[in-house]
Amino acid sequence: MTELDAAAGAGADETGPPLIAMHGITKIFGSLVANDHIDLAIRAGEIHALLGENGAGKSTLVKILYGLLEPTQGEIRWRGEPVRLAGPQEARALGIGMVFQHFSLFENLTVAENIAAAMPPDLSLAEVAAKARDVSGQYGLSVDLDRPVWTLSAGERQRIEIIRCLLQDPRLIVLDEPTSVLTPQEADRLFVTLERLAASGCAILYISHRLEEVRRLCSSATILRAGRVVATIDPRAVSAREIAGLMVGAALHDVVAGRAAAEGTPRLLVRGLSLAPEKAHGQALRDIDLVVRAGEVLGIAGVAGNGQGELFAALSGERLAAAPDVVTIDGKPVGHLGVTERRRLGAAFVPEERLGHGAVPDHRLAENTLLSRHGTGGLVSRGFVLADATRALATRIIETFDVRKEGADPRARTLSGGNLQKFVVGREILREPGVLVVNQPTWGVDAGAAALIRQALVDLARSGSAVLVISQDLDELFEIADRIAVIHAGELSAPEATGDLTRETVGLLMAGAAAPKGTVHAH
Amino acid sequence: MRIELQQRTAPSAIARLLAPVLALAAAFLLGGIVIAAMGRSPLAALDVYVLQPLSDPWALQEMVVKATPLVLIAIGLSFCFRANLWNIGAEGQFVVGAICGSTVALATHGTAAGAWVLPAMLLLGTLGGMAWAGVPAFLRARFGVSEILTSLMLVYVAELILDYLVRGPWRDPKGFNFPQSVTFDEAATLPFLTDGGRLHVGILMALVAVIVAFVVMGHTIFGYRLRVTGEAPRAARFSGFSEPRTTFIVFAISGGLAGLAGIVEVAGQIGQLKPSISPGYGFTAIIVAFLGRLNPFGILLAGLVMALTFIGGEAAQITLRLPFDLTRTFQGILLFCVLGADALVTYRVRLVRGTPAQAAGRAA
Repeated sequence: MTELDAAAGAGADETGPPLIAMHGITKIFGSLVANDHIDLAIRAGEIHALLGENGAGKSTLVKILYGLLEPTQGEIRWRGEPVRLAGPQEARALGIGMVFQHFSLFENLTVAENIAAAMPPDLSLAEVAAKARDVSGQYGLSVDLDRPVWTLSAGERQRIEIIRCLLQDPRLIVLDEPTSVLTPQEADRLFVTLERLAASGCAILYISHRLEEVRRLCSSATILRAGRVVATIDPRAVSAREIAGLMVGAALHDVVAGRAAAEGTPRLLVRGLSLAPEKAHGQALRDIDLVVRAGEVLGIAGVAGNGQGELFAALSGERLAAAPDVVTIDGKPVGHLGVTERRRLGAAFVPEERLGHGAVPDHRLAENTLLSRHGTGGLVSRGFVLADATRALATRIIETFDVRKEGADPRARTLSGGNLQKFVVGREILREPGVLVVNQPTWGVDAGAAALIRQALVDLARSGSAVLVISQDLDELFEIADRIAVIHAGELSAPEATGDLTRETVGLLMAGAAAPKGTVHAH
Repeated sequence: MRIELQQRTAPSAIARLLAPVLALAAAFLLGGIVIAAMGRSPLAALDVYVLQPLSDPWALQEMVVKATPLVLIAIGLSFCFRANLWNIGAEGQFVVGAICGSTVALATHGTAAGAWVLPAMLLLGTLGGMAWAGVPAFLRARFGVSEILTSLMLVYVAELILDYLVRGPWRDPKGFNFPQSVTFDEAATLPFLTDGGRLHVGILMALVAVIVAFVVMGHTIFGYRLRVTGEAPRAARFSGFSEPRTTFIVFAISGGLAGLAGIVEVAGQIGQLKPSISPGYGFTAIIVAFLGRLNPFGILLAGLVMALTFIGGEAAQITLRLPFDLTRTFQGILLFCVLGADALVTYRVRLVRGTPAQAAGRAA
């Protein structure tokens, strides 16, 4: 912390106009005011956080900053001079770099080739590699330039994106939720890099909803709510709880977890599940055993891409197991049964991707109720869709889970991430399933929605269901899971009671260090 | 200088509705230029192609007769296209339907076989089209072979089989060596709706198909299944809809309707098998499906419009001595315009100066 403060202080330029200043930025889409007179100023050498719930207007503001959207009103000054950003090229030419949440890399090319692809074609691969090596050495971004991208972890991939961005010699770097795919150890390394960048005079706009990180890394923060700036604060001087309160506009309630009954009956049972990867560079599952008992939440931690998607597909029945008794729901072998049959046995599933997997983007919410519930009664009669019933169910989900939306029955894609996730999770929980499998329940979801979803998961378990939560967010698992197992390279570690685990031991397992038996209990 | 397509954030609903109309207008304009380049008056061509048929009762009847197979096939194709599956071989399924249905007509030729002949023909025609479409469906579901290629290639196989049959085993012995079968008996011919008219009961089948498709597509779980499969395949899997099964079903529907169209055409207005039973209905129906926005009533309308180009094309051959290929050209231009209009509704065209590398170079 003190080292960071010194670094930030050394780099920050306190005199003259700020590097970039946005004044009275307003953006209106139809009847929606996404940004309402937003002021934001960042000085060179400053790490500035942009905080807000999903739908608060963060992405709109960042798109304006990167020239992807034009503001309806307001002005942007770069070093005191008014500028107009008509496109990303112009933003880049000024010195604004962007590291997106989703990587755009060619899996089959090497790191150096991926970097060269973003550079002028008159540079040879060797020249690009030399430049990349310089930058990576300077900022602690170690990555093997000759390895193909598909062999790399998410942390390494992110480093490629950062190197690509740094080679454009930016004065301001925007990072969108950079730690969402990293292990705690990888995140620590990223922070070191960012601190060095700031110390060298680069300004950083850091978008995140992990408040502890922001408090550790950033010297100032702008908080948005419903398109407006509600506060500009020094996050180090304010508690995470207070910041969260500013973001949602109300005091947040902690999830009331309680404890699972000691030994519930097993409701979801997996024995010796192995699965070949479906596509190239997929992850095979190797001999996975797990039990989820009535009344408990079992958490599965892991870095993205270690088999979570495959495990979800095998549990939901999107992919079938080798034998019926590999997966058992309430004592019934279901390994050979499809998704609909498993749902009829009382199981429910929430996939990681909301748009395109958990919901059809261009379908309305009422139609989206059918997606997972067409086979479990009430919505379809003799092959005909009961439109009134789907609308009634959608309304019930919307009311119970506080889904905020525009218009009576909007298309799924128009909802903010948090609200759509509440809808998708609510659609399953309202069925009161005996077994619920959720993959990344609060990924990219704002604090208010995340708290509501986590509470609903815990409540469901306490009512006697077995809940399996696959998540990359350790804080979330420590908050709601009774036991935690770690998935790495398609293998699952033995679950341990959450109280017996520390973040460090789980972090090591996530990074692939096999836990010597016994050390896990040492804490 | 290069052209970029940028996705619009909110495509306008009015633009979406107007797109086919504007595409039609643009196609007429381009067609006019082609005709002018051939040294004929575009206005005279417009008169022969469009205005004369629309003001002539005989031509109007003929338009409905020609629209019948187009609508039947296009309705079937709309099921495929909704599910993002590409049956390009309706022409072949049409021909195989005609062949299979005709077996009954030829086997009972000259006998006193009764009222069962016609239903049996229609049934066999439908099944034949289904079976022909089943091949690409199977290859796709089992081996992941592109259904676009296989369905298209089977068109030529079907046409050659028909050619062989009417020149060989099924040739009318009293037909002066023309490649054609005997003329079907009355029991094997679709009845006309009015005495002396050209409208046969096949037209009613097309109308029934339109209405059934409308109900199925908009109000059943099956229609929902197709839309989910087409729009979000992963969501379809999550929903428990098996993709191979969907593939088989939509190919069965589109193949079946194309086969039905084939036997209806042969038993309705031609009355015998010959190599030229289709002026390309199976391909034109693809344009009909898209011009009609995959909406059953839109397809009905689009079918009539495309039928008009056939009638006008025939008239233009006679009065303006314009080749029939011009009609095909016009249909092609129309498809381009329809797809282009769709793209412009979804995307905005931007002219960007410089290459991406130059832009990156400037930024660096």
